[in-house]
Amino acid sequence: MPQALTSEFRDSLAAHSATSSVVETAALSDALAERLDGPAVATPLPFAGASLDDLPVTLDPTPAELEAAEFGVTAAEFAIADYGSVVLRMDTAGTEPVSLFPETHVAVVAQSDIEPDAEAAFEALDGAVNTARASAVIATGPSATADMGGLVYGAHGPRNVHVVVLSDR
Amino acid sequence: MSTDSRREKAARIRHLLDTEGDAVESNTKGFNAGRYETVADLDDYEGTKDAARAIKEDAIERLPELVEQVRETVEANGGTVYIADDAADANRYITEVCADEDADTVVKSKSMTSEELEVNEALDAAGVTPVETDLAEWVLQVADEAPSHLVAPAIHKSRESIADLLNGTFDPEERLESAENLTRFARERLWEDIRTAGVGMTGANFIAAETGTMMLVTSEGNARKSALVPDTHVAVAGVEKLVPSVSDFHPFMELIGRSGTGQDVTSYISLFTPPVDSPTLDFADAADVPLSEQTGEREFHLVLVDNGRLDMREDDQLKETLYCIRCSACANSCANFQHVGGHAFGGETYTGGIATGWEAGIGGEEAASDFNDLCTGCSRCVDACPVKIDIPWINTVVRDRLNRGADSDAFDHLVEGLTPDDDPGGVDVQKRLFGNFETLAKLGSASAPLSNWLASSRPVRSLLERVAGVDSRRDLPAFERETLVDWFEARGGSRVARESAKREAVVYADVYTNHVLTERGKATVRALEALGVHVRVPSVPSSGRAPFSQGMVSTAEANARRVSDRLGPLVDDGYDVVVVEPSDLAMFEREYEKLLPADEHDALAEHSYEVLEYVYGLLEHGGDVGALRDGDGASVDYHSHCQQRTQGLEGYTVSVLGACGFDVTTSDVECCGMAGSFGYKSEYYELSMDVGEDLREQFAGDDALVAASGTSCVEQLRDLLPRDVTHPIELIAPR
Ligand code: SF4
Repeated sequence: MPQALTSEFRDSLAAHSATSSVVETAALSDALAERLDGPAVATPLPFAGASLDDLPVTLDPTPAELEAAEFGVTAAEFAIADYGSVVLRMDTAGTEPVSLFPETHVAVVAQSDIEPDAEAAFEALDGAVNTARASAVIATGPSATADMGGLVYGAHGPRNVHVVVLSDR
Repeated sequence: MSTDSRREKAARIRHLLDTEGDAVESNTKGFNAGRYETVADLDDYEGTKDAARAIKEDAIERLPELVEQVRETVEANGGTVYIADDAADANRYITEVCADEDADTVVKSKSMTSEELEVNEALDAAGVTPVETDLAEWVLQVADEAPSHLVAPAIHKSRESIADLLNGTFDPEERLESAENLTRFARERLWEDIRTAGVGMTGANFIAAETGTMMLVTSEGNARKSALVPDTHVAVAGVEKLVPSVSDFHPFMELIGRSGTGQDVTSYISLFTPPVDSPTLDFADAADVPLSEQTGEREFHLVLVDNGRLDMREDDQLKETLYCIRCSACANSCANFQHVGGHAFGGETYTGGIATGWEAGIGGEEAASDFNDLCTGCSRCVDACPVKIDIPWINTVVRDRLNRGADSDAFDHLVEGLTPDDDPGGVDVQKRLFGNFETLAKLGSASAPLSNWLASSRPVRSLLERVAGVDSRRDLPAFERETLVDWFEARGGSRVARESAKREAVVYADVYTNHVLTERGKATVRALEALGVHVRVPSVPSSGRAPFSQGMVSTAEANARRVSDRLGPLVDDGYDVVVVEPSDLAMFEREYEKLLPADEHDALAEHSYEVLEYVYGLLEHGGDVGALRDGDGASVDYHSHCQQRTQGLEGYTVSVLGACGFDVTTSDVECCGMAGSFGYKSEYYELSMDVGEDLREQFAGDDALVAASGTSCVEQLRDLLPRDVTHPIELIAPR
């Protein structure tokens, strides 16, 4: 079943103009290294064995670094398979700005955190809000606008979104 | 309304058709098509709408309680709640917050409620610069124009006109042309404002009272930035945005994007429970300080706006407006809106069919008087609305109230004798004339063909145009001397005896079928008899559709009473009621719910059928299709009727025509544009023809037979195409 959900999730991502890949945690660092070919900022990843230490990314960036970054790497709290959405927590580490300012957002999500649908996602969110007064954004694909006479990706937010699914988490 | 104001109105509509019509049309039609596609992907669209509706009903019922609850939770979270009585009160509070923060600039994300408050003007006056960061709102701010759509406020502007505007205003080094470059230019400019703004202002689509969480549905990312970058966040929302809890957001999340712009989900659905945990970001003075060491403090103000809403809650008819989630489906699915957009079909702030409810609730009925007539009651928005608001009814109610408030017109005595309605004096002459069509029809038949000659004579037409605004470019209906009821009696009643009949049916001789389009009535009788039905064609009063659509609710109510008194006993006696005119069937099934006691409405609604729906049922239950006329492969272009489609009845006609061997092509426009009397009114004639053009284009390419179910559609198609137009029943009834 997890594989089926993953492939549904990846299809939905593609339908919303986002790209995706699936790796084991041990291979995450290499996979990211390949992808990040410009200044990058990140928030710490909470997955056991997933480390950003060997990568040229800035954790705990300054506002200036946020502004200059081309890539932002964050964890996603969970994902919604049928919409191709990632749920990003507005945490003290700065997931909101790191996922929002750079041109490309790379979200990392554990395969076991892929929820089938929005109903399951809202149940989980309801819990988090009630217990921790949490804030989050359900992000689906790149930021977009049709206000200037045609569809354009990369309005005020990222132009590209890539999601890495950790197949063993 | 005077001839001059009719002319002015026509000129204004013509101007909008020329200047904004094309951009509005391609955008709204795209949204509308997207809606049909994306709602079809939902597992349980109707169930989700019901759930959404139930949440809103409950929340508005318990609104005072939810307001208290959200005040407590937001304050416990560390924010502030301000309940603003009206726009001035809200603006005063917001400008005070800005003064406290020493803010020079406020960055705003899109919020119709802030448009309603005209907070930008208030900020300007207080020396604070408001900057719209939603790209469409920003374009309007630069252009100094009003929104023309709830969700896509600059929908009336083409790429070219935006490029001209920005190139002219900012004179960039390289001329901006593509949507890509225009977007990039705006993004960069606006970022300079966002990074240093003292206050960020957003709206809120929904607010959960239990936790103080707001849901914001956006795509560009500017709302995220506006809430994140300045330390102080002010959210402005109408009090009606409150729902109990975060789990109540779910059905709305499924519906709002699909219903509005036809997207299954927008890029960002933010759930803010402010003050948020995100670190503050000081781009001006602490740009080199890591996030973890930023020292700003987040402040949050929730401004809940009443501005007439709590009174709307007490108003049984306008109350439903408060369920509105401002998705824009009622605008996108509206044929008139698709052609003129929100600058004609809208008030100070709100646009589309539901604007009547919002504007009347906030500013009084008068605020809706200018555009309310653009709702023709076609009802195509009713199925589209995610919270199942009866938008045409709200328009009718407000029209009725406007009628009551209006002063008697100087010309009233001219039509008084012809218009024995139950509505008070003061109803506009034009409305009275159309509202009393039944009386005219009776006179017309009695004096035909003289009445027809007279009605088509030049002096009479010019008088009608002058006094009542009946456009002389339209042909008036030609009355038959022998009514359907007379014809039926003269032929000796039904040719199928009641004892041997499969079923018994009353054919409802509506005004048009009885006096004008009698052939379709006769065809109905023959077709039903061919299928073994015992038929009666009694004289029954008109349904009240005509006065209803003019906002003459009392008259319509009196009609409903008389119809029910006449048909009720026949239904009790086992008769089905077969209705030819779809707008009358819609009266029986939909509108009578508001006009009759529940049991009477239920009985009539349950036993009434659209004529082809009835034939379909007969064929399904063993009726012999061979008893009907064989289409022999002939091609038919068929336009169903707007209200018929809302009731889900189009399919029966298509299926029966197919079973009879016709090759059917259907139209997919929302409305023919005639919409009862609408297309006759001189101020709307051109709009009506512009809407009709969509239908003409669909059928113009061939020489098939043309069929339409509604009288208006038949009249409109006859004006649009050089071919004759019949009712489908005339194609299949034995001669
Ligand atoms: S009335 Fe219904 S369809 Fe119209 S904007 Fe409101 S919610 Fe949407």
